[in-house]
This record gives sequence, C-alpha cells and structure tokens, in this order.
Amino acid sequence: MNKAWTPPILALGIGLVLSPMASADPPGSRLWGTGGVNSIEGSAGGGLSPWATLAGYASDEEWGGTVALSRANTQDYTLNVQGAAFNWRNRIELSFARQELTLDTLAFTPTLQPFGESDLTQDVFGVKARLAGDLIYSPYGQWSLGAQHKRHRVSEIPAAVGAEDDTGTDVYLSGSKLFLAGPFDRNLVVNGTLRATRANQGGLLGFGGDQRDSHELVAEASAGLFLRRDWLIGGEYRQKPDNLGFAGEDDWWDLYVAWIPDRRLTVTAAYVNLGDIAGLASQDGAYLSVEGSF
Amino acid sequence: MMPVHRHTLLVLLLSVFTLMPAHAEEPSSELYQALGERSGIETIVKELLGRIADDERIASQFKGIDVRRFHRNLSDQLCQLSGGPCSYSGNDMRSVHAGMGVSDTQFNALAEQLVRAMEEEGMPTWAQNRLLERLVPLHEDIVDVPAEAAPTR
Repeated sequence: MNKAWTPPILALGIGLVLSPMASADPPGSRLWGTGGVNSIEGSAGGGLSPWATLAGYASDEEWGGTVALSRANTQDYTLNVQGAAFNWRNRIELSFARQELTLDTLAFTPTLQPFGESDLTQDVFGVKARLAGDLIYSPYGQWSLGAQHKRHRVSEIPAAVGAEDDTGTDVYLSGSKLFLAGPFDRNLVVNGTLRATRANQGGLLGFGGDQRDSHELVAEASAGLFLRRDWLIGGEYRQKPDNLGFAGEDDWWDLYVAWIPDRRLTVTAAYVNLGDIAGLASQDGAYLSVEGSF
Repeated sequence: MMPVHRHTLLVLLLSVFTLMPAHAEEPSSELYQALGERSGIETIVKELLGRIADDERIASQFKGIDVRRFHRNLSDQLCQLSGGPCSYSGNDMRSVHAGMGVSDTQFNALAEQLVRAMEEEGMPTWAQNRLLERLVPLHEDIVDVPAEAAPTR
C-alpha cells in the first residue's frame, strides 16, 4: 500500500524520458548541465544541496523535468532515493523524493533497534520558484526561493532517537551563477544556499530534539567545473543542525563527477562524507545517481 | 531570533564573494586565431545558418532575412568580438531586435546551435567558452526588447 504508487510515478517518468528519443526534439533549450541534477531531496541542484536553477532544461516557453534513481552506500547505511521534478517555464519547480534508509550492519545501539527489518522511509515534497536572474546571462546569477516538506512514512525512528516530530519543513534561498570561461577557460558554476531547518540528518532522524527544537539557519555551498560540456567535476559542503542529545551530527560534504552524454541523461558518481550518523562514526562512501530529463 | 549555525556567516561571505562577476578580459587575437581567423569564422557562421534553418524553435525569427548580408554581418561581429581585425558595420543590435519578441528559449537555442557548429568545426572547448562569454552581454540587447527601444548605449 505504502509503496504502491511509486512504480507508476517512475513508469510515467521513464516513459516521458524515453518518448522524445524517437524524435529530434531535445528535452528543453537551456544549455547542457545547467539544471544540475536531482538532489537526494528531489530539488534540482547537486547531490546534497539545491541550486537556484530549476530541474531539467525547460526555458521560458517550455516545460520539462527529471526522474532519477540515486544510491549512497556508507559503512553502516544505504540510502536509496527515487526522485522526480517538474519544471514549468523555468519559473516554478515541483519535486518529489522518496528516501529509504537501511541499516546494513548489526548495530548494538538500543536507539537504533526500531530499524529492525524494515526500512526507514521519508517523503520530500518540494517547491522552488525562480525569483530573479539567469544562471548564465545575469551578472549576479539566478536567485530562487524553495521549500521542502518532509514526512516520515514509518515514524518509529524519530521518536526512538528523541526527535520532537516526524514531519518538518525546510525553507531555503539559493543563488547560482555560471561563469563562462572561468578557471582554465572552463565554465564554472557556483552556488550558495541558506536554509532554515530543524531536520536531523536531513529529516531521516526526525525534526527537532532535546538540544534544540527550533529552525536554525545553515549554509550550503558548492562549485563545479565543466571540463567539457559533458563532464562536470566539483564538490559540495552542507552545514547541519545538531539537535539530538543521544548522538552528535556532522556537516556533509562530497566530491563528484557528472557525465552528461546527452541532455536526456546525466550520470553522477561521488565520494560522500556524512560524518557520524546516529552514533555510528565516520560514515563515508560512494554515491551514484542516474537521471533522465524530459 | 533564529540561531545562526557556526561558520554560517563565513560560508555565506565566501559564497557571495564567489558569486561576484569576474572582470572581462581584454580582447586578444588568441581567440581569433583559435577560431581559424576570418575564414574559420565564416565556416562556423555558415554551419550555424544551416542549423538555424533546421531548428523550429528559431527558424521563424530568421524568415525573409538577406542571408548573404546576415552571414557577412555575423562573421564581422564574431571576428570583432574574438579580437580579430574586423568591425561590425550592421545595424545596432538593440534596434535590430526591437519588437521581435525574442525569448530566452530562442536565445538558448541559438547558443546551443552555435556550440554545435563550433564543435562540428573542431573548435577547442576553451575557445568555445570564451566566444560565448563575449556574446553574453548581447543577451539584454536581443531578448524581449520592446518595439520602441532606444539604440544600445
């Protein structure tokens, strides 16, 4: 029941991605890679942090979007994400992501026992509006305001770890700018995001806690260099709150490489460092994401 | 008052700093050479014209133009922008596009076709990026220019 409507979403998305392949029409008119990728929270951006740009390639007279499957593996956890985003006229983005976190190793932490056999599942509903500017053509880049409403589907974990809620909403302001012919005459894209959040580990461990139960402003930054128009390398940094007394929370960072063989397809691989998670120390590992644009 | 995370201001300042526009470089002939000088540029423009004609997003905006004149003017313009010994003698860009209702979609489509044309002619990535960088300031004189627009500058 819970998962019954995910396959139809993906089937629809994959259908939309594949349908234009028969014709010569591209999925939209914005230049290669300028929509970023589907982040683990569904919003367009990097893997961990949203950009101000909107999903896919739709320009001002077009609509489009993305569907993506992503996976991160660390020492003790696996995170699987199914994401989709819709872009209307490069003005409004609506997104959805379903995150499933699995504890892979036997952990003897009493607080983690509710993980048990079942996955921890969180849904993220996102909206982003382009306020002003254009990533490439405006001297001061593109600025967008977004929100991510997060809901747990099985709510034992947040309560077990001492979180106040199993739903929460982040609000963020992002600025992104692409510098043509930047370092080494390569195109450079930089992003800054300011987020108000009370999410623990992005919401996977609930919202608020014994240490703090209010929204906090955190900053996120990323940069990427287009080696060519089909290869992008870069890194991201994301600050996090630290609301739970039972285990400290660390900031996240990653180093990524994205391949854009065609505007319909983006493959991203990354090294992610997520720090301590729920008492399990130093979680780092590999991230892989495959995205289709329509 | 919302608490601010440690280092937030620092990261924010760094972000703002990196978002500042880079200063434009002086035109030099290095780019002009890489594009294959006047004849290389003329080849790129010819390739571009073929692509425009086949692109339904933009073909309508070019209906009825004097193709020879357009080829000469755009070649002059790219030659001049790339630091070559030419000067654009066509009409002011803003006046040319006044009232045409050029959309961002169409500007993007033209940029894409120019990139594809340069790739077709084997231009290196750095030269493609630099030429695009020099074309970006034209965006405001091309997209959504009102019919009664005053000439550039």
